[in-house]
Amino acid sequence: MKILLMGNPNVGKSVVFNRVTGANVIASNYAGTTVEFTKGSMRLGDRRVELIDVPGTYTLEPTCKAEEIAVEMLDEHTDGDVVINVVESTNLERSLNLTLQLLKRKIPTVVALNFWDETKHKGISIDDKKLEQILGVPCVPICAVTGEGVKQLVGKLKEAKPSDYDYEDNQRWQKIGGIVDKVQTITHRHHTWLERLGDASVRPLTGIPMAVVVMFLAFKVIRFIGEGLIGYVGEPLFEKLWAPVMMKLSAVMGSAGFLHDLVIGQLIDGEIDFGQSFGLLTTGLFVPIGAVLPYVFAFYVVLSLLEDLGFIPRLAVMVDTLMHKLGLHGFAIVPMLLGLGCNVPGALATRVLETRRERFISATILSIAVPCAALQAMVVGLVGKHGAGYLAIIYGTLLAVWVVLGLIFNKTVKGESPEIFLEIPPYRIPYMRSLAKKIWIRIKWFLKEAIPFVLLGVLIVNLLYTFGIIQFVGKITAPVVTRVLGLPQDAVGALIVGFLRKDVAVGMLVGGGVQLTIKQLVIASVVLAMYFPCVATFTTLIKELGVVDMLKSAAIMVISSLVVGGLLNLILPG
Amino acid sequence: MSEINAEASAESFAAKRVSLVQMRSGQRGRIVVIDGGYGLARKLDALGIRVGKEVTKISAQLMRGPVLLQQDNTQAALGFGMASKVLVELDGGGQK
Repeated sequence: MKILLMGNPNVGKSVVFNRVTGANVIASNYAGTTVEFTKGSMRLGDRRVELIDVPGTYTLEPTCKAEEIAVEMLDEHTDGDVVINVVESTNLERSLNLTLQLLKRKIPTVVALNFWDETKHKGISIDDKKLEQILGVPCVPICAVTGEGVKQLVGKLKEAKPSDYDYEDNQRWQKIGGIVDKVQTITHRHHTWLERLGDASVRPLTGIPMAVVVMFLAFKVIRFIGEGLIGYVGEPLFEKLWAPVMMKLSAVMGSAGFLHDLVIGQLIDGEIDFGQSFGLLTTGLFVPIGAVLPYVFAFYVVLSLLEDLGFIPRLAVMVDTLMHKLGLHGFAIVPMLLGLGCNVPGALATRVLETRRERFISATILSIAVPCAALQAMVVGLVGKHGAGYLAIIYGTLLAVWVVLGLIFNKTVKGESPEIFLEIPPYRIPYMRSLAKKIWIRIKWFLKEAIPFVLLGVLIVNLLYTFGIIQFVGKITAPVVTRVLGLPQDAVGALIVGFLRKDVAVGMLVGGGVQLTIKQLVIASVVLAMYFPCVATFTTLIKELGVVDMLKSAAIMVISSLVVGGLLNLILPG
Repeated sequence: MSEINAEASAESFAAKRVSLVQMRSGQRGRIVVIDGGYGLARKLDALGIRVGKEVTKISAQLMRGPVLLQQDNTQAALGFGMASKVLVELDGGGQK
């Protein structure tokens, strides 16, 4: 037996899913947070059943890839399966459109009336008993974020049955209108300050300055939290606590030799340097935990807050005109924002876009010009020391590449780019517990993804050096790496490892006896960001784009990184 | 308002029936025609935007940017081209 959670986008299916299964999937305040289905299991009576969090859809006639997935999920149902149709109580009429289509499929259904608490503030009163009578399936009021009513909802699952409600398809809206008239009464009330704020942030005169201020503050807060955690937690922890332990271990292992260098790394002036030693237990742990995690945490705190508030769709509206110049529409800002954390969820989020052309353009400019948090953290740490101006060159170059590639793609890539059509949810005060949970899910995901690959990366770095492979490949690629990009031969090691983890690759630019000038450091950072996605993003892109489009995309990545790196080498002084 | 009135008397019917693009922010009206293909109608229908519905225009972005609409408790952003294909009859004739 399977239970499918279905409903319009942004009605809280994922929140219900988390509540019922105790699992952790990401939920936000905008349509299209869930673009792939997630499975979990729950107890029902004395047996365990499978619960599936289906991407949101407005109708059973799909208009984008995420909706197609939803309909496929429904088509695959077997006898005995149940649908929980999550409905937005504050938008009953619109939600019932999907409900009626679902009922017509004659699958046992339970309707969950979510946001029940919000109806009160909005002066809406719904007679759930009457609705239940009309639809012929159980209707349960719930408030998913606080968990009210969720138990009752689960209890009603055994009463789920196919509905007898019948209608002609072309009569659907009339029928819905009739139902709404019978079960819903609306009393007049004044606008809340959140609604006023919501409206103000989509008017050009107030919205553009607000968006600029929010983005500026977001950037400031991320740096403040990230730097603070590194300076006051990460570095002291490693320097004061971990370094002495490692020094003892180093002494035990004889301070040198292959195994010592693998585990501890090279001692620099007789000391461990977490940035440069490149041992598994030194640099291998410091990079993900000491250097990158603080920024990843800071980024996800800010992003998650903006998501739950409902700011993202409004930002999408504000940037829509700009994004059209790049062959995309405003909602394509979502993959880009997610990509600033990690390119993998960014690439997955391109599914919210309707056409293949848009997905190709967005995935390609994302993986070329949107640096992930891990790469950024290392670059900020290494290059930032030399002055903010150099960071500005790196970010400025990537932004320019993002825009220029988009402009070119808009002229050259075949296909259609439809206009934006997006529901703008109300601003909601984030519910702190679910916010904290979401940040935790993302951190856990980062640690699980990053640490093994960072360790593998550090291991490979050691092997590459020990067997002289880097020197060998360095000689072969010298014409390109040295002549075009102006980098020393050793830097090729970073480009090899960059396929595994970009943060380790950036770390290699200062470790292992490589001495780069600041100009070379800037060029190497830009090239590392652009030349190729890391393996995790690469496999995701193959799945999303298909092999042929991915090969095209990869060719563009390599060429554009050489062109941009070469140009920087020519332009930058020093 | 005198210019608008002059225009209105010239083509009184057309003045009442405007597209979402021509509608001013804060105005309210009832959708009378969705002048696009089946695809557009279906897309809009998904968010409950269809002929006969009362809608309020909240704002429009500069440089032919998207139009923001409110109908019932739903707010939606429509691209400029889409918005120009949705015609509404303004409440109260749209003027004094």
